[in-house]
Amino acid sequence: MSGTPRADSRPLSPHLQIWRPHITMAASITHRITGVALYFGTVLIAAWLAMLAIGSDDYPLVETIVSSWFGQALLYLWTVAVLFHLVNGIRHMLWDGPAVGFDPKVASTVSVFNYAFAILGAVGIWAAATLL
Amino acid sequence: MANQNFTTPAKVTRGLGSAKSGTLQHIRQRVSALALVGLVPWFLYSIIRAFQGGEASAAGWVAQPLPALLLILTAGASFYHMRIGMQVVIEDYIAKTGTRAALMILNSFACIALFLVVVLSVLKLWIGAGA
Repeated sequence: MSGTPRADSRPLSPHLQIWRPHITMAASITHRITGVALYFGTVLIAAWLAMLAIGSDDYPLVETIVSSWFGQALLYLWTVAVLFHLVNGIRHMLWDGPAVGFDPKVASTVSVFNYAFAILGAVGIWAAATLL
Repeated sequence: MANQNFTTPAKVTRGLGSAKSGTLQHIRQRVSALALVGLVPWFLYSIIRAFQGGEASAAGWVAQPLPALLLILTAGASFYHMRIGMQVVIEDYIAKTGTRAALMILNSFACIALFLVVVLSVLKLWIGAGA
């Protein structure tokens, strides 16, 4: 679409800066940003598995990085990103399948819920993985 | 009158039908998502534990049959889903034909290569453990 020059100069629909920002808008772009971020996060996971399989002498270096504050923060943010993309993805499937959740109030509430679920769910999973 | 032609672009294409290839990708993205809804919570919990337990415990975890199988399934659904998702992002933001094609090919190659890396790593740890 974006590559096709328009045949006429009739007005376009209002762009981003015209609309009042709202939470469903934020959830939408967060879904895409987390999707792209997870793409690159998965490369790191694959690299980790490969090092584990090779039995690399450098594995202690991986452990040093992962257990540093930076590694732990990255891993926690990764968990948040996965959970947001997961729960917002379920919302997308509810939109596409049974076609529920289009009401603006419901859509806004679900957006807030998804952010909360991602952040608190990550805390929960970390607690479970650490304590159990 | 500068523009004598009042036919809109929509009017010109209406009735010609769809490209007949968009819906399939849309459905595939959602079917792989459905598989991931079940696999990802398990994967998240397991991977955090694996990172916390150290090398021997992580390798021991992958060497068990069920985690090994679930890891391969998770990798398959993930890379399939990633490839389609990244393709949509490329289609949305990269208009230049050559760059777009190059990135889409790179995306496909990267996802397939990464999938192979994960599968071979898991199989090596699993079969290599001699269980």
